[in-house]
Amino acid sequence: MGKKKTLTLLSSAFALSLVLTGCSDSGETGDASGASDTEIKFMHLWPEGSSKKHYDVVNEIIAEYEAENEGVSVDLEVLSNEQYKDKLRVLSTSGDLPDVGLTWAAGFLEPYVGGNMFAPLDDVIEEDLSDAFVPGTTEAYALDGATYGLPLELNIVSLYYNKAMFEEQGITPPETYEELETAIAEFNDAGIQPIALGNRDSWTGSMWYMYLADRIGGAEVLNKAIDRSGSFEDPALVEAAAKTQELVDSGAFVNGFNGLADEEAKSMFMSGQSPMYLIATWDLPNFTTNESVPQEFRDSIGYLNFPTVDGQGDPSSFVGGPGVGLFVAEESEVKEEAKDFAAYFVKAWGEEAVTKAGVIPATKVDAETLDLPEMYVDILNELNGATNITLFADVQMSPDVAQVHLDSVQALFGNEITPEEFAENHEEALSSE
Amino acid sequence: MNKVMSNKFYIAFYIAPALLLLLILVFIPLVLSGYYGLMDWDGIGEKTFIGLENYITGIQDKLFWNSAFHSFLLAIFSTLSLIIYLTVSFILASKIKGADLLRKIYLIPMLLSSVAIAQLWVKIYNPSNGILNVFLMSIGVENPPLWLANPSIVLFAIFVPILWQYAGFYILIYYAALKNIPESLIEAARIDGATPFQIATRIKLPLIKEVVSVTIVLAIVGSLKYFDLIYVMTAGGPNGASEVMASYMYKLAFSNYNFGYGSAIGFLLLIITLIVTFIVRKLTETKDKLEY
Repeated sequence: MGKKKTLTLLSSAFALSLVLTGCSDSGETGDASGASDTEIKFMHLWPEGSSKKHYDVVNEIIAEYEAENEGVSVDLEVLSNEQYKDKLRVLSTSGDLPDVGLTWAAGFLEPYVGGNMFAPLDDVIEEDLSDAFVPGTTEAYALDGATYGLPLELNIVSLYYNKAMFEEQGITPPETYEELETAIAEFNDAGIQPIALGNRDSWTGSMWYMYLADRIGGAEVLNKAIDRSGSFEDPALVEAAAKTQELVDSGAFVNGFNGLADEEAKSMFMSGQSPMYLIATWDLPNFTTNESVPQEFRDSIGYLNFPTVDGQGDPSSFVGGPGVGLFVAEESEVKEEAKDFAAYFVKAWGEEAVTKAGVIPATKVDAETLDLPEMYVDILNELNGATNITLFADVQMSPDVAQVHLDSVQALFGNEITPEEFAENHEEALSSE
Repeated sequence: MNKVMSNKFYIAFYIAPALLLLLILVFIPLVLSGYYGLMDWDGIGEKTFIGLENYITGIQDKLFWNSAFHSFLLAIFSTLSLIIYLTVSFILASKIKGADLLRKIYLIPMLLSSVAIAQLWVKIYNPSNGILNVFLMSIGVENPPLWLANPSIVLFAIFVPILWQYAGFYILIYYAALKNIPESLIEAARIDGATPFQIATRIKLPLIKEVVSVTIVLAIVGSLKYFDLIYVMTAGGPNGASEVMASYMYKLAFSNYNFGYGSAIGFLLLIITLIVTFIVRKLTETKDKLEY
């Protein structure tokens, strides 16, 4: 009998614990003071564990905002990247979006704007932030003439290279496509796989194609093909695809790149196995400030603007684009306060984010006055002098077409299709939109 | 007890919780996904009713049938590999030394989560630094295969860990079934002069026939709806070379934001699996009930 009693007790205790944990909110509460009248719900994707610096910057900004605006409190919820995307989608179907949250640009935004979930923020930009952003960044969040996001990050893609490995082999860093070919041949002769590429996540290969397209056909040709005022059958775009395959055939990329994830390719670059790696500025901390990467490696990394091809192309034209930006929910009950907070956040974010978290912000910052690693200063200057930033193709396209693009890029790199078929695939997908 | 079980109210009372869970977690979502399949829906905005259009597109979709072909290949390979598992179980059950330890070793992959297995094999298959290619190069193979990047071998490269993952499960089932056969039957056969091979094929195998037919169904159904290793190792790539039905469904719904079409594909997957299960059950049906 005694045994049975213990069992009952145990099981009821278990049940109770389930109920209790079920009640506690998994999110984190920013301010528990009951005095506030307005509460703004804010959801972001930089958990303390994996993005400590981002997390701290956000908390500081919130604390300052709450101190300056009495009666307003910010209720914070933090999730990691993929979970964040899932939760946002689920919340949107139940009409329960946070008042302020993070969104990605262009293609990601479309279904939310189509479903009338995000509020247009043009009034906020005009009123408060008219000259704050790097030109071209807010446009990525615009749809049908209204802007739905305030960009926080800006990433541009550069070719990072290992100076030590280049010196060891006596190879000059390539500034033209021809020099790149020579470097590839020489590294291959030395038994080194020249370029780290993880094309399982085919957006990585897409960046190579985009840059070649930009250098061969100029800044507009790809954008025009995507917005349908041009075509993927444009000779420049077909040639870019052909050049991509030329690179593959010359042994430019590491073995089995189509089966490697970007993370694996990155580790080949960071362990000194491959001397070149095309990636965006989000990896800058790894090459500058990240203490867990050996100092010796960080010191030996330099960057190059993507080489010109046959003397064509503008080295100051970049592939890149804003990362995440803030949205305000259309259905929010505290919409005005939420907009105010979003504007405040963007203004505070710029300098804080670049100095403390190593983020290149989408707002203008004065690189000279800040204490930053040299590569940051150089890249920020590069950005100021940028003639054009072409938004990542897979972000520009609607999700359906983006998938066709990514699959075709993989097939192109794998020599499974010809440059002409590559163009056809895109034309077919875009015209069936 | 008999009195309780004859009271319809009590029967309903006992069944209710499980039935409710099953309804909420399985049957209602099933019906809903069939219903969403009738919609043009990106998962966020308005749903528009478009009738059977998604299902018709699905039936004409080359990529879908391509992924279905891969799923069926996996089903065939999993079924064939049952022969290996059965052989191993015969050996283990024949009282060899260390059978207990070996059985436990075979079971280890089952204890690992699929994602861990996937990560492990991604490392093994790494074209330049993976243990497999490093070994191949050390014995003089100049251009070892690019396991996960070559579209013509990637599918088979992924089958290996999938089959490895489930080996322990089937061996355990067969082993238990074999251990259940009464010793007296084997003894009698041996006295009549049967060889060990005859005992295995003529006595033991027929006696565990029912178990074998259940495992065949399990292997086939499991393969048709297989998802996890493939998603983590290649996400269906390169260019769809390792896409299976479930990963294709996931891609449509979550990467392409095409929830309506994804749901329709999910529903087609269900129908295909049901039909195949029905056929396999019919083919492997055992008429005479065995008792010993």
